Amino acid sequence: MINFLNNVSILILPLIITAILSYAIYKKTPAYEVFVDGAKEGFTLAVKIIPYLIAIMVCTAMLRASGVIGIIENWLGPFLTHFKIPTQTTLIMLTRSLSGSATLGVLADIINQTGVDSYATKLAAVITGSSETTFYVASVYFGAVGIKKFRHALLAGILADITGLILAVFVCSKFFL
Amino acid sequence: MNYIFIFLILISIFAAFFTGSIENLINEALNASKKAVEIAFSLIGIMGFWLGIVNIAKKSGLMNKISKIIEKPILYIFPDLKSNPEAQNNIALNISANALGLANAATPFGIKAMEAMQEQNKNKKRATNSMCTFLAINTAGFQIVPAVVIAILSANGAKNPTEIILPTFIVTLCSFFVAMFFAKILERFFE
Repeated sequence: MINFLNNVSILILPLIITAILSYAIYKKTPAYEVFVDGAKEGFTLAVKIIPYLIAIMVCTAMLRASGVIGIIENWLGPFLTHFKIPTQTTLIMLTRSLSGSATLGVLADIINQTGVDSYATKLAAVITGSSETTFYVASVYFGAVGIKKFRHALLAGILADITGLILAVFVCSKFFL
Repeated sequence: MNYIFIFLILISIFAAFFTGSIENLINEALNASKKAVEIAFSLIGIMGFWLGIVNIAKKSGLMNKISKIIEKPILYIFPDLKSNPEAQNNIALNISANALGLANAATPFGIKAMEAMQEQNKNKKRATNSMCTFLAINTAGFQIVPAVVIAILSANGAKNPTEIILPTFIVTLCSFFVAMFFAKILERFFE
């Protein structure tokens, strides 16, 4: 079953790409020019996240080198191992609702620490992929139209975040353990 | 964020004095900043490829077509947007762009959707039920292709970077419904 599902994962991208290109043929879209135009943004995007990545990765590296992260991981260790959660993923669970680029930085740090094919990396990757930064989105979207009274928006978002975290731990343990 | 940033760095320096790792601390900090740039640059190729492909979907009208299809179910989630086609359309575009991993392209649609909802809002300072529901499902982050994460895994030489697609899809689909559920329940208790 899991093998089959893993194959589904692998097939999704080729299927999407085939669908997009087939539709482009049908609509006679100048696919090459449009592709090149869109691909330019890859550079802008990468350059735009550099300062954030530096800030967060330096922060986490300092916290790790000074032993602060080690202390926190030791505290939470027994609780986390009980649920088969790698202790290295502690930090990413905290950053995911706060900042997208911070979460990317922490993911990169986990890859550095545990290797790219480790379970900790896979869990962290799913956590990163399934997180949209609640506080950032709220301030941007509501800020843009001048809403001051957020009512239950943040609470609902955070409850969904917590559910997402628990689900990520559960689904990953089924897929990758 | 400013205070958190200062606090984290100061506490590291402070703790390093006690554990005697002050020299190591600065080395690690310098290494990390170098590594941050390497990671960002390793993303250029993969993100460029994906943004190029998705641009074809945008320009050929496929993305518009998909959002037309999901506009109907959207009316179930946002019943008070029946007379607001612009909000419906932008919400649909926002969700489709997010699902394809284009957070940057999704934000303008999201803001336009908010503006369209704000036009029909009686109290301009207070968020409507639809606004809150939209924000909640948006932060649940429904994803079909988590492009940046796949890019990072692949740039670091993962054996099988796309294997996270289905788990991520399942998790975000569930949190999508959970967010909707909580938003609907909580809207009764918040003035």
